[in-house]
Amino acid sequence: MNEIVPVVDMNNISIEFPGVKALDGVSLRLFQGEVHALMGENGAGKSTLIKALTGVYAIDGGTITVMGVQHSFSTPAEAQAARISTVYQEVNLCPNLSVEENILLGREPRRRGGIHWREVRRKAKDVLEQLQLGHIDPGSILSSHSIAIQQLVAIARSVQVDAKVLILDEPTSSLDSDEVQQLFTVIRTLRDRGVAILFVSHFLEQVYDISDRMTVLRNGKLVGEFMTRDLPRMGLISKMIGKEMDALAELEEAESRREPDRSERVPFVQAENLGRKGSVQDVTVAIHAGEILGLAGLLGSGRTETARLLFGADRADQGQLRIGGTARTLRTPRSAIDQGVAFSSENRKEEGLISDLSVRDNLVLAMQASKGWLRRVPGHTQDQLAEKFIRALDIRPANKDALIQNLSGGNQQKVLLARWLITNPKLLILDEPTRGIDIGAKTQIQKLISSLASDGMSIIFISAELEEVLRLSDHIAILKDRRMVADIPNDGVTMEDVMTIIAGSNA
Amino acid sequence: MSVLTRTPAPQGRTRISRLQGKARYAPTLATVGLFLAMFAAGAIMYPGFLSGQVFLNLLIDNTFLIVLAVGMTFVILTGGIDLSVGSVVALSMMIAAALLQAGWNPIAVIALVLLTGATFGLLMGLVIQVFEIQPFIVTLAGLFLARGLCYVISVDSITVTDPFFTAMAQARIPLTGNLFIAPGVVIALVVVAIAFYVLHQTRFGRTVYAIGGGESSALLMGLAVPRTKVLVYGISGLCSAIAGILFSFYSLSGYSLAATGLELDAIAAVVVGGTLLTGGYGYVLGSLAGVLILGIVQTFISYEGTLSSWWTRIVIGALLLAFILLQKLFSRKVKLT
Amino acid sequence: MNALLKHRLTWPVLALVLLLVLNQLFRSDFLSVRVQDGHLYGSLIDILRNGAPTILIALGMTLVIASRGIDLSVGAVAAIAGAVSCTYIYNSPDPTSLRTAAIGVSIAVVAGLALGLWNGFLVAVIGIQPIIATLVLMTAGRGLAQLVTDGQIISVSNDPYQAIGAGFFLGLPISILIAVAAFAVAGLLTRRTALGTLIEAVGINPVASRLAGLNARTITWTVYVFSGLCAAIAGLMISSNVTAADANNAGLYIEMDAILAVVIGGTSLAGGRYSLVGTLVGALIIQTLTTTVYTLGIPPEVTLVFKALVVIIVCLLQSSKARTLLGKRKRPLTEQAEVKVAV
Ligand SMILES: Nc1ncnc2c1ncn2[C@@H]1O[C@H](COP(=O)(O)OP(=O)(O)OP(=O)(O)O)[C@@H](O)[C@H]1O
Ligand SMILES: [Mg+2]
Repeated sequence: MNEIVPVVDMNNISIEFPGVKALDGVSLRLFQGEVHALMGENGAGKSTLIKALTGVYAIDGGTITVMGVQHSFSTPAEAQAARISTVYQEVNLCPNLSVEENILLGREPRRRGGIHWREVRRKAKDVLEQLQLGHIDPGSILSSHSIAIQQLVAIARSVQVDAKVLILDEPTSSLDSDEVQQLFTVIRTLRDRGVAILFVSHFLEQVYDISDRMTVLRNGKLVGEFMTRDLPRMGLISKMIGKEMDALAELEEAESRREPDRSERVPFVQAENLGRKGSVQDVTVAIHAGEILGLAGLLGSGRTETARLLFGADRADQGQLRIGGTARTLRTPRSAIDQGVAFSSENRKEEGLISDLSVRDNLVLAMQASKGWLRRVPGHTQDQLAEKFIRALDIRPANKDALIQNLSGGNQQKVLLARWLITNPKLLILDEPTRGIDIGAKTQIQKLISSLASDGMSIIFISAELEEVLRLSDHIAILKDRRMVADIPNDGVTMEDVMTIIAGSNA
Repeated sequence: MSVLTRTPAPQGRTRISRLQGKARYAPTLATVGLFLAMFAAGAIMYPGFLSGQVFLNLLIDNTFLIVLAVGMTFVILTGGIDLSVGSVVALSMMIAAALLQAGWNPIAVIALVLLTGATFGLLMGLVIQVFEIQPFIVTLAGLFLARGLCYVISVDSITVTDPFFTAMAQARIPLTGNLFIAPGVVIALVVVAIAFYVLHQTRFGRTVYAIGGGESSALLMGLAVPRTKVLVYGISGLCSAIAGILFSFYSLSGYSLAATGLELDAIAAVVVGGTLLTGGYGYVLGSLAGVLILGIVQTFISYEGTLSSWWTRIVIGALLLAFILLQKLFSRKVKLT
Repeated sequence: MNALLKHRLTWPVLALVLLLVLNQLFRSDFLSVRVQDGHLYGSLIDILRNGAPTILIALGMTLVIASRGIDLSVGAVAAIAGAVSCTYIYNSPDPTSLRTAAIGVSIAVVAGLALGLWNGFLVAVIGIQPIIATLVLMTAGRGLAQLVTDGQIISVSNDPYQAIGAGFFLGLPISILIAVAAFAVAGLLTRRTALGTLIEAVGINPVASRLAGLNARTITWTVYVFSGLCAAIAGLMISSNVTAADANNAGLYIEMDAILAVVIGGTSLAGGRYSLVGTLVGALIIQTLTTTVYTLGIPPEVTLVFKALVVIIVCLLQSSKARTLLGKRKRPLTEQAEVKVAV
C-alpha cells in the first residue's frame, strides 16, 4: 500500500493566526480507497488543516500535493475543481434556497442556456434517496429544516459530485445512529469505488467502525499516523490528550447515579399537553429539583421544539405550564429566564454566538441581560467569572479577550454552556450540549451535569446520542412525529426499550 | 420625477429564518395584490381613473425607474446596495446630450453611454470586492463622482435635438382600442424579462441569491463569489445607463441636476416589492410591482390636484407607510395559511 | 509601532492630520487661532462650530448603526426641531426673552424624542426594515416642518436662542461644547453601563441576543430615540446659527454626512462594534473636507469629484485588505467574509 502515491500529500504545513500557531509542521497523507480519520482534541487544528487543504486559509509553510501535482489552492472553488469535495464543520449552505438548489448550486444541469430544473430535482432526489432521505422535500427551503437535516443536506451535496477526495469535518455530530449508519454505508461504497475519504469525529466508536487509518494532532502538532487496527482506544486517547489518562474509566464514574431529590413534592416545571400549532404537541412532563429529564426521539421528532416551548422561544398556544407551582405563560425567553429557566441552543452559530465579541462578553451576556443594561456587571467581576469558567471548563485558548469566532467549535460550545452556568438557573435546558466536543471534555461535561443536578438544579438533556441520554437521565420523555408519546422512569432502560416504544406507539 | 425626497441609504436587517415554502412569495404577492387594491380604490375615488391608459401611463412615466429597480434588485439580492444610480443616470444623459450636440451618430452615442455605465459599475464592484470596502461607501463616492463629472461636462442644461432621440420621444405604439405605449416601455419590459431569466435560469443568477443567503457559505461551496459580486454592480451600472437613455428619450435634454434622489426611489421600489435589504430574498417582478406602486401614489397625488407641496410630501410618506404596514399584515396572513 | 498601525483609529486620525496640513500649506494662517473679544477665532474653530450639528447627528447615528439599523430621517427631524422652536418663539408674546427660548427649545427636544419614538416603534415593534421605516419620516418630515412654518422661512431674533448655534462660552463656541458634552454623556452612558455591549450584541446577532434574554426591542427603541434627540438638538443649532427656520434646506443631506462620518470612523454598517471617538474623527474629517474645498479654491464644478476621491482614499487607507495587498501578507480567506455576510 505504501508504494502507491498518495492522492493528497500535505507536508510540513504551518499556519499562524495572530497570537496562535494553529498548525506547526503537520503532515497528512490520504490514499485512494481509504477512510482516514483525523483525530485530536478541541482546538487541536483539525478544521484548520482541512481549510488549509481546501484553499480557505493560505498556508504559511509546507507543501500540498494532490495527485502528484503540487497545488496551492487560493479558493475553495479551485480545490473543488481538483475534485476535492468538502463538508465543513459548521453547516455552510444557503438558508434562503431550496434543498435541491443547495445540493446542486454551482453545478446545476443546463440545457439550451438555461438551468434544467426538472433535472435538478431528479438529481437531488437521487442523492437524497441514496442517503435514505427520500422523505425530505427537495423543493423545501433549507432554513425550514433542523440543523441535523441541514447537515445531511450538506453531506448530500458533497457526495453528489464525482470526487476523488471527500472530506467530512464532524459530519455526524448531530446525527442519530440510524443516519450515521446510512452515512457509513455511503462512505463505504465510495471508498470501494476508490475515493479517498478524510473523516473527523469525536465519537471513538464511529472512528473505529469506519476508518482504516488515522492521523492524530495535538496542539497544532503532528503526533503520528497510525493504522486504526493497531492502535487501541486507550492508546489513541492518550495520544490525543498527551498523557496517560483513563478517560474511559472516568466515563464509568460519570455513570454512577445520584438520587434525585423528590422531597419537594411540587415539581419545578410541570407541563400539561403543552403545544404549538405546527411545532410540537402533547408535551406533558414534570421535572423536580435535581432531576435530569432526557428527551429521546428520532431526528425531527420535536425535541428542540419542546425545548423552545419550555423556554418561551416559541409561544405555546395549547396546554398549561406551571413553573414553581404557579401557572405561567411564557411569551419571550426573557420571561422564562426570570423564572430561572435557561436554554442552550443546538444551533451555536445562529442562536448562540455573538461572533464579534470577546469570550468574556459572550460569557457574561445572559447574566448582564438579567441585570438589565443599567447595572453593568463590574469589569473585575467579569474578568473573575471569565477566568473561573475558562479554567473550570478548560476553554482554550485560555484568553478571555479572544474573539469567540476564532475559537474552535468545541471551545465555542463550552463558552455557551458557561454563559448559562454563570446565571445559576433552576432549570437548565441543554440542546445537544456535547455536540462537537472531544471525548475528554465530554466526560467532563457529563460529570458537570450530574453534579449540577446533585446540587439541586433541574436539567433537560437533549442529545442525538441515545447512550448519553440513557446514562445521564433520571427519566426519559420520548417524542415521535412531533408529539410526546411516553415519559418513563430510567430504571435500567435500554436503547432497545426506547426504540420499541418509538416503533410501537402510533399515537 | 422623484417620488421621494432626495438622498440615499443602506441596509437594515429583518431576519426571516423560517420562511417556508410558498411563504417566500408572500411579500411579492402582497405587493401585487395591494397594487390592484390601490388601483381599485383610485377607480372608486376618481372618475376616469379606471382606464387602461392610466395604467399604461404608469409604465410610460416610469420606464427609467423600472430599469433602475431591476439593476438595484441584483445588487440588493447579494446584500449590497448601489447609491450611485441616480447620478449615473444624470451622467449618461449629460454624455449623450453633449455628444449628440457635437454631432455624433445616435447609435454610437447610445453604445458609448452603455459602455460607460457598465464600466463605472464594474469599477465600483472591483473596489468593493478587492479592497473589501462597504458597498454603501463606495457607491456613495460613486454618487459624488458621477454627479461631479456631470458638472465637469457642463453646468448648464443641454437640449437634445437629434432626430432619432426626438422620434423616440414622440413615438407611440398603438395597442388595441385607443390604448398606446411608448417604445421605452417595451425596452423596460424586455429588461425585466431578461433579468428574470438571468436570475432564475442561469448559474450566475443563482449565485446572486446564494451570496445573499450567506457570502462565506457561498464561497465555501465553491461558487464564483468575487466575480458575481463585481458583475452585479456592472449590471446595475449598465441598467443606470439604459435608464439614462430612456430618461433622455423622455426629457430630451441633459442636465447635471437631473435624477437627484432617484437612487432612493429605486431602493424603495425594490424593498416595497418584497426584497429584503439583507439579501437573498426577493424577485425582480416584485420590484416592477414596487415601481408601479410608487407610480400610483404619484398618480393619486396628481388626481388630488389641490395639495400644497408640503401636504404632497406628507401624503406620500403616509401612503408609503400605509402600504408597508398592509404588506406586513398581508404577508403574515399568507404565512400562517 | 505595529500595534499602532493596526489600531483602527490610526488611519482616520492620520487622514485628518493630512487634510489639516494640506490646508496649512495653502493658507499659512489656517492653523492659527486668535483671541478676539475674549472669543477664539480661526479656521479650526470654524470647523468645530460648523461641524457641531454633523458631529451630534453622527453620534446618534453611530448607536443606531451599531444596532444594525440606519436612520435616514435625521435631516427631516432637524428641520422639524428648528421649525417648531422658531415658530413658537416667533408667535410668542415675548419673542426675545430667555423663557421663550427655553420653552421653544424644550418643545423641539420633545418633538425630537417623539419622532425618535416613532421610528423606534416602526423598527422595533412593527419590524419594518430600518431604511424604509426611517425613509417614511424622511419623506414626510420635511412636509411636516413646512406645515409648521406654513411654507415660510421663520426668522427670529432672540439672543439666548441665538447663543446655541452662534454663541461662545469661555471662549469656545457653545455648539461645540454641547456636542462634546453629548459625546461624553453618550460615552459614559454606553461604556459605564452595559448598554454599549448590549447594543453591539443585538447588532451582531439579534436572534442569539433574544435567546440570551436580552430585551432587543427596548434597546432598539432606545437608540432611535437617542438619534431623534441628537437630531433635534442639531436642528436647534442649525436654525439658531442662522436665526431662522428653513424647513426646506435645514439639515439637507446631513444624514449622508453623518453616515459617512460613522463609517470613516471605523463602525461597520453591518452593525456590531462601534467607536464613538472614531465617529468624532470621521465627522471632523467630513467638515474639514468641506472647508478645504474653499481653502484650496477648488472650482465648484469639481468639488464633488474631489470629495469622492478623498472619501475613497480614506476608506482605502482604512481597509485592512488594501494594506495587506500592499504589504503582501497572507491572510485567511473567510475571516473577512464571515463578518461581511450581513453587509
Ligand atoms: N480564524 C482564526 N483566527 C484565530 N485563531 C483561529 C482561527 N481559526 C482557528 N483558530 C485557532 O486555531 C486553533 C485550531 O482550531 P481548529 O478549529 O482547527 O480546531 P479543531 O481541531 O477543529 O477543534 P474542534 O474539535 O473543536 O472543532 C484553535 O486554537 C483556534 O482557536
Ligand atoms: Mg473543528
